[in-house]
Amino acid sequence: MFMMEKALKGSRRYWIWLSCVTCFIAVGLCFYLRQLDQGLGITGLSRDVSWGLYIAQFTFFVGVAASAVMLVLPYYLHDDMHFARITILGEFLAIAAVVMCILFIFVDLGQPARVLNIIRYPSPRSLMFWDMISLGGYLLLNVIIAFATLRAEREETRPPQWMKALALISIPWAISIHTVTAFLYSGLAGRSFWLTAILAPRFLASAFSSGPALLILLCLALRRLARYDAGEEAIRKLAVIMTYAMAINVFFVLVEVFTVFYAAIPEHAVHFEYLYLLGGAHTLAPWMWISALCAIAALAILLTPAWRSRWLPLGCVLVFGSLWLEKGLGLIVGGFEPSPLGEVTPYVPTLPEWSIVAGIWAVGVFLITMFFKITVSVRKEAEG
Amino acid sequence: MKITRKEFLRLTGLSLLAGGAMQVVRAIGQGGTAARAAASQPVRLGMVIDLSKCREKDGCNECIHACNTTHNIPQIANRAHEVKWIWTEPFGTVFPSAQTGYAEQSYTKVQVPLMCNHCAEPPCTRVCPTRATWKRDDGIVMMDWHRCIGCRYCIAACPYGSRSFNWQDPRPAIASINPDFPTRTKGIVEKCNFCEERLARGMKPACVEACPQGVFTFGNLADPESEPRDLLRSRFALQREPELGTGPSVYYLM
Repeated sequence: MFMMEKALKGSRRYWIWLSCVTCFIAVGLCFYLRQLDQGLGITGLSRDVSWGLYIAQFTFFVGVAASAVMLVLPYYLHDDMHFARITILGEFLAIAAVVMCILFIFVDLGQPARVLNIIRYPSPRSLMFWDMISLGGYLLLNVIIAFATLRAEREETRPPQWMKALALISIPWAISIHTVTAFLYSGLAGRSFWLTAILAPRFLASAFSSGPALLILLCLALRRLARYDAGEEAIRKLAVIMTYAMAINVFFVLVEVFTVFYAAIPEHAVHFEYLYLLGGAHTLAPWMWISALCAIAALAILLTPAWRSRWLPLGCVLVFGSLWLEKGLGLIVGGFEPSPLGEVTPYVPTLPEWSIVAGIWAVGVFLITMFFKITVSVRKEAEG
Repeated sequence: MKITRKEFLRLTGLSLLAGGAMQVVRAIGQGGTAARAAASQPVRLGMVIDLSKCREKDGCNECIHACNTTHNIPQIANRAHEVKWIWTEPFGTVFPSAQTGYAEQSYTKVQVPLMCNHCAEPPCTRVCPTRATWKRDDGIVMMDWHRCIGCRYCIAACPYGSRSFNWQDPRPAIASINPDFPTRTKGIVEKCNFCEERLARGMKPACVEACPQGVFTFGNLADPESEPRDLLRSRFALQREPELGTGPSVYYLM
C-alpha cells in the first residue's frame, strides 16, 4: 500500500542526500542515549524552566501539521483544481510534522519507558490526553488520505468515495489539533503569560503562515531538483494565505501586547519584559527582536506588489524564521520566566539538546524526502 | 450434547452480559460505602504556620533538615537541579500582593517556610495524563512515583513552584539514606506529601515535630474543634494566591 519500492530507486544525489540526513539522525540518537542514561539534566532545563526547546518545537510543528488544512479546504471543499497537484504534498508534510511532534514529546519525558501509562490510565481531565487523541487521529487520517490518493493515481482510477468524507473530517480535525495544543497552556491558572483566550487563535494564525511558508519552499525545491511543478497558481494562492495569516498573527500579538501593558498588571507584564528587554539574564531577548524584525521584513516583502512574487522565497524564509523563534522557543520559555516566585533562571539549550532536536528534524527531512520521492515517481509515471 | 452455532453465540452473549452486570453492581456497592464513610466524618488535612513565632528564631532550619533526612531528599549543589519539599523564601517574594512598600525591611525579609499547599482544587492533579498524582479523601495530594512518566505538566500547572523534577539520579546526592522511606529515580516528579507515611503510623509530620518554636500546627481543617481551626478562628491568616481558586490547605499567621 505504501509504495515503498518507489523510494528505493533513486539517483546518486538522492542516496547521498539520504545518507547525510541519516548521519544527523544517528548523532541525535547518540545524544538521546546519553540523555536516557544521565537524565534530562544534560539539557539546559531547570527546576524553574521545566519545559524548553523540545516542547516549544513540538508546539511549532503541531502548527506545521495543522496547516495542511489550508490546502485540503480549497481543494476538497471548494473544488479548486489549482490545488490538485499540491494538496498531497501538504498532507505528506503534515504526516512528517506529526511524527516529529510525537518524537519531541517522547524525548522530553523523564521516564520514556512508561509512556504507555497514558493509555493504561487514561485521564480525560488532562489536556494531554486529548492532545494524544487529536494528534493520533490526525496522523491516521492523513496517512490514509495521502496514500489512498496516490494509489488511485497509480492505478489511474478515481479515488474512492469515502476518501472525500475523510478529507472533509480532516478539516475540523486539523483546527482541533492546534486548538487543543493551545489549551495545554492557556488552561493553566498559575501561568499568566499563556492565560489568554487569544492563544489558540494566535496559534492557528501562526500555523497557517509558517506551514505554507515551509511548503512553498519545498515546492520550489521540488521544481528545481525533481522537475516537479506543484502549480504556479497554487503557489501564488498559498502565498496569499501565508501573507494574511502572518498579518493576522502579528495583529494578535500586538492585541496581546496592548492588553498586557495598558492594563499594566505586573504579573502579566513581567513575562513580556523578560522576553523583550535586552540585557541581564534575558538570554532570549536578542532572538525575540530578530524574530520581530523578520516579521516586519516579511510583511513588507509579501505585501508590496513589486516585490511579492520576485522575493517570495526570501519572504517565506523570513516568515518561517520569525515564527520558529517566536513560537518554537520564546512562547514556551517565556511562560516560565520569571518563575511563580519571581526568579529568572537563564535557559540556554545545551549541545546535546540541540543535537537531539536536529536529529528529530532529520527524521522529518528523511520522511519528507521519501514521501515526495514516491509522489513524484507515481505522478511522472501516470503522466508519461 | 450438541450445541448449535446460534446457541453458542447466545450463551456467550448472556454470560458476558451477566459478568458485566456483576461488575457494575459491585462498583455501585463500593461507591456507596466509600461515599457514606466520607460523609460521616469529613477530613481535610491542613497546616497553619505561625510566622511571628518563626521570626523569633532567625536562621533556624530545623524543619527543612528534618524533612530532608526523613524523605531522602538529595542535596544537589546546582541550583537549577534542586529537589525541595520544604524550603524558605523572603516574605516579599511569597506574598507580593501583601506588600505596602512602606513596611520595615526586617518585616519583608522574614523567611517564610514553603511547601506543597495540598490544594482543595489542585491544578496539578487535573493536568496529569496518567493520574500519577491525585487528591486523597483526606485532602493530601499524593504522587505515585512508579507511574509518573516525567512529562512535567504538573510542574507547569502548579502556581506555587512546589514540585521538583529529578534531573539526575538523586541517590548519590543523599548523604545518609533513611531505610524507612523510598529513594527516587531520575526522570520523575516529587513534592511534599504531608508525611502521609508518618501519619499512617500515628505520628505528626516531621517538620511539625522538629520545629523548636512550635511554628507549625497540623490537623483536620474540616473539624471545627481542631487545633488549626482554633488558630484560624481568632487570627488574621494568609494563603498563597487564593484568588486562583486552588484552595490552599496551608495558612500563614502574621
